[in-house]
Amino acid sequence: MKKNIKRQALAALLAVGMLSAPPLFAQELTGTLKKINDTGIIALGHRESSIPFSYYDDKQQVIGYSHELMLKVVDAVKTELKMAKLDTKLMPVTSANRITLVQNGSVDIECGSTTNNTERQKQVSFSNSIFAIGTRLMTKTNSGIKDFPDLAGKNVVTTAGTTSERLLRRMNEEKQMKMNVISAKDHGESFLTLETGRAVAFMMDDALLYGEMAKAKRASDWVVVGTPQSFEAYGCMMRKDDPAFKKLVDAALAKAMTSGEAEKIYAKWFLQPIPPKGLNLNFPLSDVVKALYKAPNDKAFD
Amino acid sequence: MAYNWNWGVFLQPTATGDDTYLGWMFYGFKMTIALSLSAWLIALAVGAVVGILRTVPNKLLAGIATAYVEVFRNIPLLVQLFLWYFVMPELLPEQLGNAFKQTNPILQQFLASMVCLALFTSARVAEQVRSGINSLPPGQKNAGLAMGFTLAQTYRHVLLPMAVRLIVPPLTSEFLNIFKNSAVCSTIGLLELAAQGRQLVDYTAQPYESFIAVTLAYLTINVVVMFGMRWVEAHVRVPGYIGAK
Repeated sequence: MKKNIKRQALAALLAVGMLSAPPLFAQELTGTLKKINDTGIIALGHRESSIPFSYYDDKQQVIGYSHELMLKVVDAVKTELKMAKLDTKLMPVTSANRITLVQNGSVDIECGSTTNNTERQKQVSFSNSIFAIGTRLMTKTNSGIKDFPDLAGKNVVTTAGTTSERLLRRMNEEKQMKMNVISAKDHGESFLTLETGRAVAFMMDDALLYGEMAKAKRASDWVVVGTPQSFEAYGCMMRKDDPAFKKLVDAALAKAMTSGEAEKIYAKWFLQPIPPKGLNLNFPLSDVVKALYKAPNDKAFD
Repeated sequence: MAYNWNWGVFLQPTATGDDTYLGWMFYGFKMTIALSLSAWLIALAVGAVVGILRTVPNKLLAGIATAYVEVFRNIPLLVQLFLWYFVMPELLPEQLGNAFKQTNPILQQFLASMVCLALFTSARVAEQVRSGINSLPPGQKNAGLAMGFTLAQTYRHVLLPMAVRLIVPPLTSEFLNIFKNSAVCSTIGLLELAAQGRQLVDYTAQPYESFIAVTLAYLTINVVVMFGMRWVEAHVRVPGYIGAK
């Protein structure tokens, strides 16, 4: 603190000395924080149909578990930069364009349902993980599908650009299962493909499957089955090589998790009725997520 | 901006191990060409018939043709695609619809895309054909009829040989458009060029390389089409009309 005061005093002196030069404070900030400070705007990437992480409610407002945590980060940024007013710009992203939009600066931070994996780490940086899922199957209650081997020779749908798509295609190749893999554009369309009988099962992150169930006409028609094919950690995405911003984001998320705030947010989205249909996902807090809350980290599972 | 260029990505084996990423792009390239060419052939045939019907004296036939053109020209392509792919099977008798939905998804997506692109483009081709016929002086039709030709013969021997040659330049645009429009079909999961490009982004996190490759592939297709159509144009042009030497 003392150092800071000294530095600010020095900055004031220097500023007087060189009136034309920008204040030193702005020079200390780099990357995303500087951009936010200069423009007064933080661009948030969100999803449109990743229930209950980040999605539109019936009034087209962005809501969800990840979105609430992202707003915690926004508060932390505002405090850190001592800004009276920080405008947020909401930018919908898809599985396919989210990495590009973070890289090219359209989005400063994206919290939705993005898996932190080593391949993506080459292009973007991930915050402390905010959730962990297993990839499983949703099918009609009476379809007779119990686990992945039952899918041999059948039509199976998954969402394009997801880890599930990769796992499913690899499984098809390695085990010669002769499945027809349909890659739909988003989770909503995947579920439509399942609902209309084009596919017998929908492979996706279990939490998202429960989310789709919450949207279905009759939730009781559907069931989530199968051995998880992978466990994945969700994180918020930011631009690579911006340690100052990452540190701030990580600290804000860690604070929310260790203080018990995150668990309350979890209960709100996974254990209570949520919009748009007031359905309860009843998705109990898993041990993996519990461990995450206790000791926040940004490790990828793969 | 921090970006790691890696052009070698195309030669890497895919994450699913069945091919290289270049192989995926090539599959998409072939799919785009197969889809666009088959749709184009249907569009030409249907468009020619509808275009001719729009100019015949019979009010009922002309009216039906006009309605056809307006329906397919005024509904956005994406909406039409969703109608063919998602709604159509539900309107069929249940057994037939279910049988269709259980077939190979690639076949379903290809058929829906082909029909959609073909009919959308046919409405536009029909307008070209109609304007080609209408651009001829009315004396030509009257002369044909005065010679004792039937209406059909007048179309076959007098009007169409002229009209079809006149509309080659605008048809070139439609031909180019159908390749570009085919990218819309990636939205129902058909793995054509644009979809493979997007898939490459998902799997390799190298968006710039893949989008550049996709751009070059579309450019290649369209340059070839353009030169091909120029050649056709040069060979069929009518002396004394636009574009003639």
